[in-house]
Amino acid sequence: MEFETVIGLEVHAQMLTETKIFCSCSTKFGAAPNSHTCPICLGMPGVLPVLNKKVVEYAMKMALATNCAINPTCEFARKNYFYPDLPKGYQISQYAYPLAEHGWLELEVNGGKKRIGITRIHMEEDAGKLLHDEHNPVSYVDLNRTGVPLIEIVSEPDIRGAEEAADYLKRLHEILVYLEICDGNMEEGSFRCDANVSIRPKGQKEFGTRAELKNMNSFRNVQRGLEYEIKRQQYIVENGGTIVQETRLWDDAQGVTNSMRGKEEAHDYRYFPDPDLVPVIVDEAWIGKIRADMPELPQAKRERFISEYQISAYDAGVLTSEKALAGYFEEVVAICAKPKQAGNWLMGDVMKFLNEDKKTIRECPITAASLAEMINLIDAGTISGKMAKDIVEEMYQSGKNPREVIAEKGMVQITDEAALAKTISSIIDANPQQLADYRAGKEKLFGFFVGQVMKATQGKANPQIVNDLLKKMLAK
Amino acid sequence: MKLTAQEVEYVAHLARLEITPQEKEKFTAQLNDILLYIDKLNELDTKGVEPMSHAIGVTNAFRADKVAASIGTEKTLANAPDGRGEFFRVPKVIE
Amino acid sequence: MELYQSTIHELQDKIKEGKTTATAITKSVLQRIDAVEEKVHSYIRVMKDEALSAAAEADKEIKKGNIKPLSGISIALKDIVCTKGIATTCGSHILHNFVPPYDASVVEKLRAAGAIFVGKTNMDEFAMGSSTETSYFGPTRNPWDLERIPGGSSGGSAAAVAADECVASIGSDTGGSIRQPAALCGIVGMKPTYGRVSRFGLIAFASSLDQIGPFTKDVEDCAIMMNVLAGYDRRESTSVNIDVPDYRQFAGRDIKGWKIGIPKEYFVEGIDPEVKAAIEASIKTMEKCGAQSVEISLPHTQYCLAVYYIIAPAEASSNLARYDGVKYGFRAPASELLDMYKKTRMQGFGAEVKRRIMIGTYALSAGYYDAYYKKASQVRALIKKDFEEAFKKCDVILTPTTPTPAFKIGEKTDNPLQMYLSDIFTISTNLAGIPGISLPCGFTKSGLPVGVQFLAGHFQEGKLIQVASAYERKAQIEKRRPKL
Repeated sequence: MEFETVIGLEVHAQMLTETKIFCSCSTKFGAAPNSHTCPICLGMPGVLPVLNKKVVEYAMKMALATNCAINPTCEFARKNYFYPDLPKGYQISQYAYPLAEHGWLELEVNGGKKRIGITRIHMEEDAGKLLHDEHNPVSYVDLNRTGVPLIEIVSEPDIRGAEEAADYLKRLHEILVYLEICDGNMEEGSFRCDANVSIRPKGQKEFGTRAELKNMNSFRNVQRGLEYEIKRQQYIVENGGTIVQETRLWDDAQGVTNSMRGKEEAHDYRYFPDPDLVPVIVDEAWIGKIRADMPELPQAKRERFISEYQISAYDAGVLTSEKALAGYFEEVVAICAKPKQAGNWLMGDVMKFLNEDKKTIRECPITAASLAEMINLIDAGTISGKMAKDIVEEMYQSGKNPREVIAEKGMVQITDEAALAKTISSIIDANPQQLADYRAGKEKLFGFFVGQVMKATQGKANPQIVNDLLKKMLAK
Repeated sequence: MKLTAQEVEYVAHLARLEITPQEKEKFTAQLNDILLYIDKLNELDTKGVEPMSHAIGVTNAFRADKVAASIGTEKTLANAPDGRGEFFRVPKVIE
Repeated sequence: MELYQSTIHELQDKIKEGKTTATAITKSVLQRIDAVEEKVHSYIRVMKDEALSAAAEADKEIKKGNIKPLSGISIALKDIVCTKGIATTCGSHILHNFVPPYDASVVEKLRAAGAIFVGKTNMDEFAMGSSTETSYFGPTRNPWDLERIPGGSSGGSAAAVAADECVASIGSDTGGSIRQPAALCGIVGMKPTYGRVSRFGLIAFASSLDQIGPFTKDVEDCAIMMNVLAGYDRRESTSVNIDVPDYRQFAGRDIKGWKIGIPKEYFVEGIDPEVKAAIEASIKTMEKCGAQSVEISLPHTQYCLAVYYIIAPAEASSNLARYDGVKYGFRAPASELLDMYKKTRMQGFGAEVKRRIMIGTYALSAGYYDAYYKKASQVRALIKKDFEEAFKKCDVILTPTTPTPAFKIGEKTDNPLQMYLSDIFTISTNLAGIPGISLPCGFTKSGLPVGVQFLAGHFQEGKLIQVASAYERKAQIEKRRPKL
């Protein structure tokens, strides 16, 4: 039987604000346990939440970037359940009236384009952390993360495979990071994903019973987890079994998903409007202000790079994969006006150095101006491409500009025709046999002479000039 | 009966309240009295009436995104029934 | 007259004239507490040392000529408002040892106004009750008849003022918890408009209904207290940012030509005949003041109690989820988390609190939300509209505060619904978010106080002060003191 996979994703993205969503505690990761806490996020009696405006603005940016309609009025609701990492006994979230709905994100699928629907985007607070004691039957609660702002982005069940899911996530991640509203750090939990997965015989309209998949903390794990889960479900159906609706955890080490059955009961969250928070009214003027403040998004940037700089779709993809990289590239091109070369240097040597050092483009010791200058020097024939490879490495190591490196190393190309002619004639004199053979028709020996010149000049000779001179002088 | 003893048990579990068999019986009777009284709301047609969740129509109450001092680990844990080191300690979740 | 018997404005005059000191007032009040507290049990905690040292500080300021609106005045706080460094129990076992690291906004405001806090008063557990019998710390008694309840939930604050164990006090009102005990104890109590007084630091019962307000010995004192308490607070999202008038200026004004709305629906249920007679006399007094009484209708009155007993428990079931034995307060020993939760909450909460948590949890649970919570929220909107319509026809509304005078301790504890009915005239105010005031309008033959309630539109506390003070002057209700 042929199956079709149906996947819907719920992404939680931590908003990159200074303070928590309802109090003024810092959101910084890695502080001493229970130190970024106050009576409000600790859920002490009598305290009240007040909404961080920046969270709304950041969420609005994501809504606009994913083509959602922002609701004129949204409100917060309480999701009631007991857990030690939830100090109030309820999570403040949005339920009946979320911030934004009905959006979509475009993916490239098999060379074509496909829209994945976005059901809703809403704001909520994060819970704390529970650490389990390995030796004793106790757990420890750290409430630093409690109240850190999140947005939840819920997709429609439009995704048809593990790879597509990973692709969707990468696109979402890229947008969040581009908007500078989320640091995207999956290890620290700034970007988390749960998946609803089901399969159905191809052609069937009704959805199959779904499993909710959790605990996949990297793009790779999302793909692996989904692939495993899809296979598991197919195996069950093919062997006459039935899928159970349940939550399953991805076990990275074993490479399997395991049922959480028994660990949770039927949910009855008793949502109701939070009486301590008031409705958020978003008017057109506010949306306009946020829209005006939006950066160019990755998709649009890719398309512009292709048309404006005449570079390949692949190169455009790489260069726009990070906003700062794209910015760097454009800075270089603005100075040297050679997009192809700029792209090659950037994607080649520069990225290689950065990757080796685990650095980002923001930390690159070579300024855009230096790289542009180097490209200009190659173009002007001052240095050769081969020399440039050494120069760029030196620029990266020392942070110096290309002229400084060239001066220090004496790496200027020899373009003096008289001097080169002198070198060439002495080489011709030293190799009479080769000269005779060449003149007799062994044209391949031309390369031999070029090599000899380069050897004599330690590679600094301008190849074009050497070519021209050699042709003339060998022909005599 | 609006509410069975079984439902009372379920609600008590949702609310994380242990109840004795006597309490269950008493609560079932009392809650039924109250719910029967509350039933009078069904005399009213409320179709199309916007539910009211706030007494006063305040909207858009915001804070600026500025960090203020937290109270610190010591004060955070000062009232804890079982504070250990830098943490609140709780019995293990039995799975 | 003893210092402890005086009103705020009388004491303020004496302080200004140098005839008394903060220390003298505080000592007088503390002595009175020593003398009668055993009988009345208004307090969960008397803050003797704190009060005396605060009074000594206040006297230094007063000497420098720095006299504030409440300089040296002994104020009692319902144990539902958080006080930094001082245990705040909410009348519950589950918070019996909770020491907040913060002050409620009203505590900050009162302190800044020079108030001397003499203690934290008794209350129904988590403000759930109409008699102060559900307190973990035992019941408070009505100073007028120690066999009877003082009303609730702010029974301790009301009894403390009535018994002269403080000059004025703070209560909270979710369905009548200030006005009902004020009526039953023969004093003045006001519930301000929702959003008028900050709720920050007020331990929540039902967040959309709770409001803090004062208990005082007369209407002028109520105005003085409101001047201190009212105002916007950026720490509360539902706080309303509009100007606060000087309420005291309303105290002397007349009400000639005012229309006093008498809601016909409030005079059909089983009102005690003596209460009814006192209210009818009050209506006559209003006419003597030059006002005109007009019959109005609040057609959804009969649904108020039902709406309240869904919305308040629903919100409470969520507000009280934080008492789980993890971060503060009582924890029952248990080796497993679920068991710890259930035992802590079983042993930590009293019967009435558990009952309301159960109702509220049920009303919000899957499959019942629309039938209960949503339905109640819709009817609530209709109730609010009733008042909007009514205030088109009148300036203020006059009603009895309670259907009966104070009942006996234990009389209604086994019948929750009967107990709930004692709030029948006060609940609609909270549902609509409007302000209300209760003040004495006479005594029954057996000597129990009766209260009259005035209601006004949103943020019309000034009107309430005006009508109440006009009534107070004209009615000349006999100044009696409870015999203790």
